[in-house]
Amino acid sequence: MDVDALAALVPDGAQLALVPDNSLSPGAFARALVRRGARGLRLVGVPVSGYATDLLIGAGCVAEIETSAVTLGEAGMAPRFTAALAAGKLRVTDATCPAMHTRLQAAEKGVPFMPLRGVLGSDLVAHRPDWKIIDNPYQAGDPILLLPALSPEFAAFHAAMADEEGNVWVGRRRELATLAHASQRSLVTVERTVRGNMLEDERLAPGVIAGVYVSATAVVEHGAWPIGLLDEYGYDADHVALYAKLARSDDGFAEYCARFVNAQVARAAE
Amino acid sequence: MSGKSDELLLIAAIARLITDPLGHPVRHAAVGAASPIPAAACWLAKMQGADIRLSLLHRPRGNPFTEGTRELFDLAGQGRIDLFFLGGVQIDGEANINLIGTGDWPGTAVRFPGSFGSAFMYLTVHRTILFREEHSPRVLVPRVDHISAPGTSPPGTFRRGHAQALVTGRCVFRFDPARARFALATLHPGETREGVRAATGFDYDELGEIAVTEGPTEAQSALLAGPVCDAMIETYPDFCRRVWGRGMKETGAKEQAA
Repeated sequence: MDVDALAALVPDGAQLALVPDNSLSPGAFARALVRRGARGLRLVGVPVSGYATDLLIGAGCVAEIETSAVTLGEAGMAPRFTAALAAGKLRVTDATCPAMHTRLQAAEKGVPFMPLRGVLGSDLVAHRPDWKIIDNPYQAGDPILLLPALSPEFAAFHAAMADEEGNVWVGRRRELATLAHASQRSLVTVERTVRGNMLEDERLAPGVIAGVYVSATAVVEHGAWPIGLLDEYGYDADHVALYAKLARSDDGFAEYCARFVNAQVARAAE
Repeated sequence: MSGKSDELLLIAAIARLITDPLGHPVRHAAVGAASPIPAAACWLAKMQGADIRLSLLHRPRGNPFTEGTRELFDLAGQGRIDLFFLGGVQIDGEANINLIGTGDWPGTAVRFPGSFGSAFMYLTVHRTILFREEHSPRVLVPRVDHISAPGTSPPGTFRRGHAQALVTGRCVFRFDPARARFALATLHPGETREGVRAATGFDYDELGEIAVTEGPTEAQSALLAGPVCDAMIETYPDFCRRVWGRGMKETGAKEQAA
């Protein structure tokens, strides 16, 4: 399966969880979704959103997003996110990072909700009718926040390796295991495939997400780019800065897509 | 301010706050994406002999966690992060911070990136140093448009710590959580009480003589240019080049935030 076939598994209107630019974000997969012309996606930032999300918003693929922040890091604000919000074309539900993790941890355990410390007094609470405050049943006079479990319809990320058993290896980025455990379907691009079963190697096993949680994989070399991949390649700050510059205008964004998103169709067809 | 001596001054000022014997002792400090200056201040405090474990979230290699930022938040939830740094696109006189935006929710006038983990960290870590170089009425406002994270909490609400101080490009403010109010602590060289008052949108106290913020001592300067820079150069190559004139061949390890 190639990355375009993987992207075709996500129907219009689907809920799709994406990871930030320091956590194996799937750059090539996001570009494939743009090429496929996805529409009405409901994105979830786990826990924040970056390049892939801004690109999908700019290409008109996204109807709504729940996230704790959208940022291009040193390259600054995410321009297409900002423009879409200002134009009223994007419904934004704000969260805070540990709330996103906690909701996934609840889903991973199969419980309907989980409490979280902090957050009380933030204006976020008033804008989240799905977040509830209760009195701690074990200690009266201790208000605490409850968050509903979140089981995203799809999650996508880029891993270093897949093996013959469908296991994928994410190294130390084990927060992705929680995302995969909680999500209904995980679509994973990988740098390469390896023989055998990584779970039989004690040194690899801790960084493995078992195939039981992985719906489909596709091999894409440099599939995280312009995001970095563990110790294999670095974050391409120059490219993200170029994206941030071009994406400031509609024309610039179209130029970016022509050069870096649609061009890959031709390359793949060669 | 933008010169390198100013950056060194801020580093020294923050390092002094970190090692303040009156504050909750700092055994574990976490530094996020915000700026290399807090990271340098933590390294300086550590290399001066403070027993501090540093978790730098944005090291390109050797990330301190094996479960990403989820692990950071779990640590903070347990009270195992003593010190964290927060900024704010708006900060008000009660130490509320706004990272969401201005105008109607969720930022219809100007949208900022979003709240990140601030709503949680501000209440769960033992102390927070607020850091924002821009010191202007646009940033330091009477009342934030939206509260990403509250500066104080009502009695009965679980909270481990508050802002210890707000460090800006012009001065250091101390924060008194009992009164929900800042007081001017020190003025950076060249700044005046009147100038800071005019540049600050919120009201604050000025008690007695206000000292000048001290820059790094000779010993601190040597540590900064040597081992602190060594420790930071892979994560913040541009910063190290600018401040200490130290270069490193490009490795793809650019300053990165998320």
